[in-house]
Amino acid sequence: MSKSRRFSWFVFSSPQSFYPLAGTLQPWFAALAFLLCAAGLYISFFVAPTDAQQGESYRIIFIHVPAAWMSMFLYLVMGFWSGVGLVLNTRLSSMLATALAPTGALFTFIALWTGALWGKPTWGTWWVWDARLTSELILLFLYIGFMALQAAIDDPRRADKAGAVLALVGVINIPIIYFSVQWWSTLHQGASVSMKSAPSMATTMLLGMLIMALGFWMYSIAAVLARVRCVILERERHTEWVMEEVGGQA
Amino acid sequence: MIRALGWVLRRDLLLAFRRRGDVVNALVFFVIVVSLFPLGVGPEASQLRNMAPGVLWVAALLACMLSLARLFAPDHQDGTLEQMLLAGEPLVVLVMGKVISHWLVSGLPLVLMAPLLGLQFDLPGDALAVLCVSLLIGTPILSLVGAVGAALTLGVRGSGVLVALLVLPLYVPVLIFGAGSVGATAAGTGAEAHLLLLGGFLALALVLAPWASAAALRIAME
Amino acid sequence: MNWHGWSEFLAMGGYALYVWGSYAVTLVVLIGEIVALAMRRRGVIERLAKFYAARRRNHETEA
Repeated sequence: MSKSRRFSWFVFSSPQSFYPLAGTLQPWFAALAFLLCAAGLYISFFVAPTDAQQGESYRIIFIHVPAAWMSMFLYLVMGFWSGVGLVLNTRLSSMLATALAPTGALFTFIALWTGALWGKPTWGTWWVWDARLTSELILLFLYIGFMALQAAIDDPRRADKAGAVLALVGVINIPIIYFSVQWWSTLHQGASVSMKSAPSMATTMLLGMLIMALGFWMYSIAAVLARVRCVILERERHTEWVMEEVGGQA
Repeated sequence: MIRALGWVLRRDLLLAFRRRGDVVNALVFFVIVVSLFPLGVGPEASQLRNMAPGVLWVAALLACMLSLARLFAPDHQDGTLEQMLLAGEPLVVLVMGKVISHWLVSGLPLVLMAPLLGLQFDLPGDALAVLCVSLLIGTPILSLVGAVGAALTLGVRGSGVLVALLVLPLYVPVLIFGAGSVGATAAGTGAEAHLLLLGGFLALALVLAPWASAAALRIAME
Repeated sequence: MNWHGWSEFLAMGGYALYVWGSYAVTLVVLIGEIVALAMRRRGVIERLAKFYAARRRNHETEA
């Protein structure tokens, strides 16, 4: 008697089967990232025209805005996988969340750094307390808190779950924080100083930002896949398959 | 359930009363930190008046955060927390009791102390009143959100600083609207919107925070 | 084409420090992450190889 075997995506929910999948997919995402970023950079430097008010300094938005988008997007994805790991008690989901955090934090840093370098020629100071930059700063703290909490807890499963609670609390708080900071910013500075008041978006500028954002997205996937493979090896080191993978023998 | 709440409340208040030093320390910290700012920036009255809402609120945040170490850790160390988890009562109720007692002991004194310190900063009378109200609504939020952080870092090494790192970003909206309410009163615009928003945050925290803290406690005690 | 020659491209209308500062740091951070990941992977595999070797030695001496 033969049963027809139906393929289910759930087969990849074990670290053992996800590991080779991640290894196969990762170079493709890396290649896509390279191509998209190259295209985005071309647009940002050679296609997008000079801005009348901000001159060439506005070209920083082709990195600043996509990095900010990625920083927030990655936090949501991290919260999602954390939550899945907490509710369904799956190890791999939590490992993915752990792998997402450093990449998200780095994009937050890039958003902050480029924001400062954009603020200086535009508004005269190295740090602009506008809503988006300040929210990004707090987002960086949230990422660092998540990583610090997981680093401080020795038991991996407890670290997973505690991180998940923290990440979910963070996800709920992010809209509240953003709203509060935006209110605070408009109160104290008026709408004049706002990173949103970028040059009116010509289509080329928007296109450049979107392509860079996609490039950063592909890069994030590639980086996270690489990192989660490391995490899997570390966490699953007591299993046969990792031992064979690394080349050891019983 | 109410009996359990009352029991936890009574026990925690009794324990805090026996260790009055801990309680008073947080209050003294509040006073000292607030007094440091004029020493740092100079005694000019108008500058102090501008700074006052922010300084008082940040000092309250820090004082509340310092006292979070008393919330779950002592019970964890002597085994009471484990008994609480095993008890038949819903953990959420017990957590709520602990948070209420924490606020009574660490938050309420700040509310009562704040007007005196506000006078040091030459705040006008109506601003002082709004300061008290904003702290009255805000400090419970600090206790509630802080409980989540304290539960997550239970028994973890370096938990003192770690709690600060986790909890301070979450305190930012409370700080913005708390200090903002006093600033708005001093500037002449109304503080109703701020206080209403703070009330909204309190309602949200009352619903979500005990549940999250209970979940975190279970995770910590597995 | 926006630029009439390399020098104009590099100068970025006077904003060279800011524009190139941004792009350069971004590149450094992203390349840095890739390098760190490669190093992490190598470190993990080395440590695990030692771990397995030590465990095998233990089993052999016990046998």
